[in-house]
Amino acid sequence: MSPVLAGVLQLLALIAALALAYRPLGDHMARVYSSEKHYKPEKWIYKAIGANPSAEMRWPAYLRGVLAFSAVSVLFLYALQRAQGILPGSLGFSAIDPDQAFNTAASFVANTNWQSYYGEQAMGHVVQTGGLAVQNFVSAAVGMAVAVALVRGFARSRTGELGNFWADLVRGTVRILLPIAVIGAIILVACGAIQNFAGIHEVGQFMGGAQQWNGGAVASQEVIKELGTNGGGYFNANSAHPFENPTPFSNLFEIFLILVIPFALTRTFGRMVGSLRQGYAILATMATIWLGFTALMMWTEFTHHGPAFDVAGGAMEGKETRFGVGASAIFSVATTLTSTGAVNSFHSSYTGLGGGIQLLGMQLGEIAPGGVGSGLYGMLVMAIIAVFIAGLMVGRTPEYLGKKIGTREIKFAACYILITPALVLCFTAAAMALPTPPHSMLNSGAHGFSEVLYAYTSGANNNGSAFAGLNADTQWYNSTIGIAMLLGRFLPMVFVLALAGSLAEQKPVPETAGTLRTDKPLYTGLLVGTILIVTGLTYFPALALGPLAEGLAS
Amino acid sequence: MNNSVGNTARLIGAGLRALLVLTLICGVIYPLAVTGIAQALFNDKANGSEIKDESGNVVGSSLIGQTYDLPKKDPNDAEEAARPDLKWFQPRPSNGLGANSVNTQYSLILSGATNKAADNPDLVQLVTEAKDAVIADNSTATYEVKAQDVPADAVTSSGSGLDPNISPQYAELQIHRVAERNELDVKQVAELVADHTTGRTLGFMGEPRVNVLELNAALKALTKS
Repeated sequence: MSPVLAGVLQLLALIAALALAYRPLGDHMARVYSSEKHYKPEKWIYKAIGANPSAEMRWPAYLRGVLAFSAVSVLFLYALQRAQGILPGSLGFSAIDPDQAFNTAASFVANTNWQSYYGEQAMGHVVQTGGLAVQNFVSAAVGMAVAVALVRGFARSRTGELGNFWADLVRGTVRILLPIAVIGAIILVACGAIQNFAGIHEVGQFMGGAQQWNGGAVASQEVIKELGTNGGGYFNANSAHPFENPTPFSNLFEIFLILVIPFALTRTFGRMVGSLRQGYAILATMATIWLGFTALMMWTEFTHHGPAFDVAGGAMEGKETRFGVGASAIFSVATTLTSTGAVNSFHSSYTGLGGGIQLLGMQLGEIAPGGVGSGLYGMLVMAIIAVFIAGLMVGRTPEYLGKKIGTREIKFAACYILITPALVLCFTAAAMALPTPPHSMLNSGAHGFSEVLYAYTSGANNNGSAFAGLNADTQWYNSTIGIAMLLGRFLPMVFVLALAGSLAEQKPVPETAGTLRTDKPLYTGLLVGTILIVTGLTYFPALALGPLAEGLAS
Repeated sequence: MNNSVGNTARLIGAGLRALLVLTLICGVIYPLAVTGIAQALFNDKANGSEIKDESGNVVGSSLIGQTYDLPKKDPNDAEEAARPDLKWFQPRPSNGLGANSVNTQYSLILSGATNKAADNPDLVQLVTEAKDAVIADNSTATYEVKAQDVPADAVTSSGSGLDPNISPQYAELQIHRVAERNELDVKQVAELVADHTTGRTLGFMGEPRVNVLELNAALKALTKS
């Protein structure tokens, strides 16, 4: 069997697995966020928090909950890293420097998992397991909570109430993420991922002597890193490391974990707004872009244009033998079209066009299917922009799911889509213009520019993958990427929740013959077009200087 | 004013308590429970899939690649280029591996890739040199390696730098050399490679591969018998 055919079959197997999980998981999540019932252990948790989980919140209250929880999380994670030198169970590792500790705390709370540190030499068991892995759960649960609040905004009328943040946070964690993580972690261990709390120990070698290895709760962290679309590896090599991703099966399973919640949330959305077809239209949009990108990526990696690959006879630099080109390409698209950023192969060594596909995937705003929660709310904002554009064309007040898209709504949506590009382009321009930041580039020319553009794109879009040639462990990059990650995560949430509040207050408008049908293929086509045009217009000049220049030159 | 300060403090307090409870669940109970189950059910795998030679000494992990180099001429010279011990099957290059730069009381291996782009002159040079070396090292009096026979994995560094595998093509290319250096029959070594070649999982997942450590361990056993 040729590697290309094997790659296509792996993609088909992945699609089949996602299709099987779509209905049960999507319906389960809809029940979780709609149920009135609180389980006994959850009641204990609410008691400990001191919150009434049945109290409805309007959007400002919901937002305050999100921000308070996240602010405390940043401070806690920062303090934990700064105290590592005196924490027991930390392998004797020293404390993390202030700028790197800030960067890492911001990164994990913002569901980005950009890493300017080397996991195996810097982070002990307590910080990895009790700090970083915890944020992998809760930052994902926060993303889902905000998405569900927006869905409630569409589903509810003549109220401003969006649900209870604490209940959504706790339920997302214990009823959705935790059960899948337990099963997934055991599956990964069965494949060969390690799961222990060993200290640094010596392992004998074939040629004599010994290597030093650190153990760790790797499988339990790996599974939530993918499931919560976080992406921060236990080891520097991330999911290319054989202890994180040991076999071709574990690789496909990890890609499945990355994509399963973001895709299934469209079913949850359809259920909650009372029209499964609306959910399918969003799903079709996401799937079209994802499949298109995956096909393009496989094509460019298998044809491998580039001087070094011409000599080598294949684009295997930075790729593992057990995965090969096909499974690496599928992983890399899944990770950049969601907000994951885990890598099983190193993006900097992809072909010029391959790097461009990864960049564009993130620049779409990670909505196909996007991060857990953030993908759905990002896509729904684009859906509003699309009906607005359609409304302009025919001269009607646009409406979506029975809600009028008026001045207020479109302002919030416009602010949402402007924030991330503004952060990416301003910080990239500043880094290129200032004297010292460009010194961090490993490669020169167009690829060097791509490294910097990639870093801020990855940070502001909360992806976390890297064109790792860039030495990002400097005060400049630690600080600016840290700020980009926080603003890129929480400012959009402000506008999403404001939008949700505004929608929930409206009374529904009845559907008429002139209403644009948003559950038809025509609308899906319009939405795909809108996404590509809005992103293309925003980033084309920057992409032309980086990956396009590199791809066309070789 | 006082009221809003009080509200904020209450909210922060709720956030802190929520974080602590969830840390207990997701950061303490969950990893410990998973570790318990993993250690009970998959003890060997959960601890790193170590493999032992006949005398019971651990020779490494079947998942982690190693180097098979000759001893250094000067053990204290960090700059000295490694020379492959051609008696053994050779792994892929690992130019992206590093040594730890902090917590230097340990000597840890830092996994990683070169991160070099396809148009980076350094990478072109590395690949070209690796290709020349593979051709020179593996050509014997009776077997000539041609440039087009060298597979891509033989001359590129993996993502982790710890890739335990090579492609079957790269293993086959080394058969004549290994047989000659160990004074074994080419056919015997070829059989050994065939025995240690793993196909795609279920016929379509991943790529066919040969585990270098397991292959060399079997080779060692063969030379001893």
